[in-house]
Amino acid sequence: MSGAAIAAKPAKKKATGRPSSFRLLINNTLAATGLVVLTLIILIALAAPLLPLADPDVTAPANRLQPIFSPDHVLGTDALGRDILSRLIWGTRVSLAVGISATLIAAFFGSLIGLVAGYVGGRTDNLLMRGIDMVMAFPYILLALAIVAALGPGLINALYAIAVVNIPFFARNIRGITIGLSRREFVDAARLSGKSHVNILFGEILPNVLPVIIITMSTTIGWMILETAGLSFLGLGAQPPQADLGSMLGEGRKILFTSPHVSIIPGLMIFVLVMSINLFGDGVRDVLDPRLKSGALSRPVARTAVKRTDVPEAPAEQDAVLDVKALRTEFEIGGDIYKAVGGVDLKLRQGECLGVIGESGSGKSVTAMSIMGLVPTPPGRIAGGAAWLEHEDLFALSDERIRQLRGSAVSHVFQDPLSTLHPLYTVGYQLTEAIMAHQAMSHAHATEKAAKLLELVRIPNPAERLKAYPHELSGGMRQRVCIAMALANDAKVIIADEPTTALDVTVQAQILSLMNTLQDETNTATLFITHDFGVVSAICDRIAVMYAGRIVETGTTEEILANPAHPYTRKLIDCVPVLGEPGRRLDAIEGRPPVVNRLPAGCAFADRCPYVQADCRSGEIPLTELGRDRAVRCIHPLTGEGPNV
Amino acid sequence: MSEEALLAIENAERIFGGGRTLFGTQLPAVHAVQDITIDVRKGETLGVVGESGCGKSTLARLIVGLDRPTGGAITFDGRDLVADAASDPRALARKVQYVFQDPVSSLNPRKTIRSILEAPLIHLLGMNKTQRAERLTELMDAVNLAPEFLDRYPHEFSGGQAQRIGIARALAADPELIVLDEPVSALDVSVQAQVLNILDDLKARFGLTYVFISHDLSVVESVSDRVAVMYFGRLAEVGPAKSVFAAPRHPYTHLLLNSAPAPGKRSLVPEDANTELPDPYNPPPGCAFYARCPRGTDECLAARPPLLAAASDPLHRAACYHPHEKTSAR
Repeated sequence: MSGAAIAAKPAKKKATGRPSSFRLLINNTLAATGLVVLTLIILIALAAPLLPLADPDVTAPANRLQPIFSPDHVLGTDALGRDILSRLIWGTRVSLAVGISATLIAAFFGSLIGLVAGYVGGRTDNLLMRGIDMVMAFPYILLALAIVAALGPGLINALYAIAVVNIPFFARNIRGITIGLSRREFVDAARLSGKSHVNILFGEILPNVLPVIIITMSTTIGWMILETAGLSFLGLGAQPPQADLGSMLGEGRKILFTSPHVSIIPGLMIFVLVMSINLFGDGVRDVLDPRLKSGALSRPVARTAVKRTDVPEAPAEQDAVLDVKALRTEFEIGGDIYKAVGGVDLKLRQGECLGVIGESGSGKSVTAMSIMGLVPTPPGRIAGGAAWLEHEDLFALSDERIRQLRGSAVSHVFQDPLSTLHPLYTVGYQLTEAIMAHQAMSHAHATEKAAKLLELVRIPNPAERLKAYPHELSGGMRQRVCIAMALANDAKVIIADEPTTALDVTVQAQILSLMNTLQDETNTATLFITHDFGVVSAICDRIAVMYAGRIVETGTTEEILANPAHPYTRKLIDCVPVLGEPGRRLDAIEGRPPVVNRLPAGCAFADRCPYVQADCRSGEIPLTELGRDRAVRCIHPLTGEGPNV
Repeated sequence: MSEEALLAIENAERIFGGGRTLFGTQLPAVHAVQDITIDVRKGETLGVVGESGCGKSTLARLIVGLDRPTGGAITFDGRDLVADAASDPRALARKVQYVFQDPVSSLNPRKTIRSILEAPLIHLLGMNKTQRAERLTELMDAVNLAPEFLDRYPHEFSGGQAQRIGIARALAADPELIVLDEPVSALDVSVQAQVLNILDDLKARFGLTYVFISHDLSVVESVSDRVAVMYFGRLAEVGPAKSVFAAPRHPYTHLLLNSAPAPGKRSLVPEDANTELPDPYNPPPGCAFYARCPRGTDECLAARPPLLAAASDPLHRAACYHPHEKTSAR
């Protein structure tokens, strides 16, 4: 759930002024350079008929092989006395036209084949793709040569040859994407909306494939121009006297040593042209590719940045294992600051289980991740507060010390055990690795300890199970392994982030009772993140309810369930159907939680609260003590039946 | 609630895989759904509960014609649904619709809500522009969304709003039966209640029949008239929601109910460590639940128990040789 909450943020900011794709492209210096150079070349090529150029095809044997910077010919002349500048510009024009048209043809047919093969699947897919495989099995230049040989030399034939040779590239790319898309639910939904297959393919799938086609095109144009040049160089493309970068290169080859400029100039032109297209193409890919867009290009550092504006003083006496004070964690995305956690206090005593409950986006996972610096930076940072693990302020420690504490004193259990465990290593390897990272111990000893740990989490036949790979275990077993790993180094605090949400109810019941027993046996403190009051009841001693990045109510599980003081807690309990009470009308909470980059003044819940008063909307609402271990962030808390006005 | 069956499923079976290779070796097959016989009456909500891998989503896809059974028959309103799905999928889609689990991935990210909702109106009902505009206003009103949302894209919506759009799309063609496949499990609890309430209102307003699939017992209990509990591709227990939840007969239903967490319930009664489902490629000959069952005997191991009615309640059937009887309720 935490991942979803974080991932949801970049999506949200789109509406709030995310830089446009073009801006992003321009911010990339290399891509911008590529774009400028490319535009310049294209403009010059397009303007060729208007420019005061000499006729590129008129020979003047008297003026042959003039060097560059000659009075009439800036770039000199070639072996037949033709003006190289003029030929260069006209030749670029031809090369660009051929490259672009070949790309368009290849993209059209390749994408069509890919779309049909991917969508229809089965025998059609097999037939089409084996055909593509056959085309790919030939060395491309050989195939192009064969096609030109069959059709006869000429620019248009070379164009066809290059397009055909590149169809497989498009077809395979597009087919892969299409296969993924056609299994998506919206395709089923379109079928149920009565759309025909053709309609679905071109109306539903194509728009989603289009960015990929554009990306592929932008990266292939350069390649196509090179191939055209290659064929022309071999004399199979442009025929004399027509100029084309490849044929200019070919003609200059014979006099490379006497007049190098004749071949070097078109060579340089090819280099600059292809380079600018590639730089620009890479930029386009970075901007359009959804995977890169979602932040894969930003590499988070190993620990959350700590930029605290305020550091609370250490408590005089330490009665808690983990003591979090005024924790604030922020994300800075596209100029907006999202206050995911806005001042959270938590106290976790030895052997205690504290449940942090809240909806997605309430900041409960970010709170948990902040403690050991696991919030990705960029864009996250810890902006204030402190977390003391016994006497150490976790936010002030060195990276090395944090590394020592992670997985030993403080360990984590995450929601999805399948993605937490490494699929390529056995469970035993991963457990012993976790043990040996923190304890000086021989491998044999560590293996023995790993087996003991599996026994501790009630996995039958532990010695055998050490050899199992994660995919060979059921979901419940995998989560047991993760718990064993969390306990491997005598953890003082276990942070469990929705550890049972991905499991079936019967398995969930087992994992919860296992965690309950283990807590008694090992006396570990647990911070248990969840959205389910039922789960909280089963395992937690105390609860902290979070809303919009702050704790709105805390107390013992019994008290909060029996007698919630904050209207949000009350509503949250009432909106969940309870087993055994089917007749109850569910009391939905209308509206949506506020966005954490634009929190309202006063109480964040005011807009959805049925008991809202005028004074709720201004000032800072403090967390008021209601008794020992009981506090509520509400100025009109509920007492029993109605609001206390 | 009338007694006629709107949807009748008889011995439905769906096998994935199977067949033979080029050299005649048998390929492994998984029985996703097997021997399911159940009726859905007009105007009722049939809840289908089960854990992951029990075949409940496969059953849902069979009912809406997105998948075809490898055996058995499904009839809708007296007509052969499987044949109709092949010959005239649009006619079937006018009567039976589907709401997907993941509201966001069931909406095409590159289409506006208007074009998503108009698709069934154009392709299924053949409406013209003014009719469509009118119907769209009705639909948005029915799911309690502002009409200006029509020209936005799916990513601009929260999960709950997106799911309401999914419901509006299912409603668009004015169907008789809607299959809801885990419609609220991807939603936050506060939003879940909004969606459940809307579903409830719509059912009353348009006289709909629901097949409501979920793994969440409390949600199923709150919406269903009748409940079917599935285990390993088969029905374990079928009956009126009240009796199934108050006096479950199958030991598996017992286990489910005892495992479900509820606010204020401290101890969950767990079973022993064995929660493994049987190997789907090599199903046991007898009861699939035998390995986990506290009441199992040799009889259960030898032959599969048939779905039999309780002596006290002919509507309450369980596939068990040693069912719990009324006295041993939770």
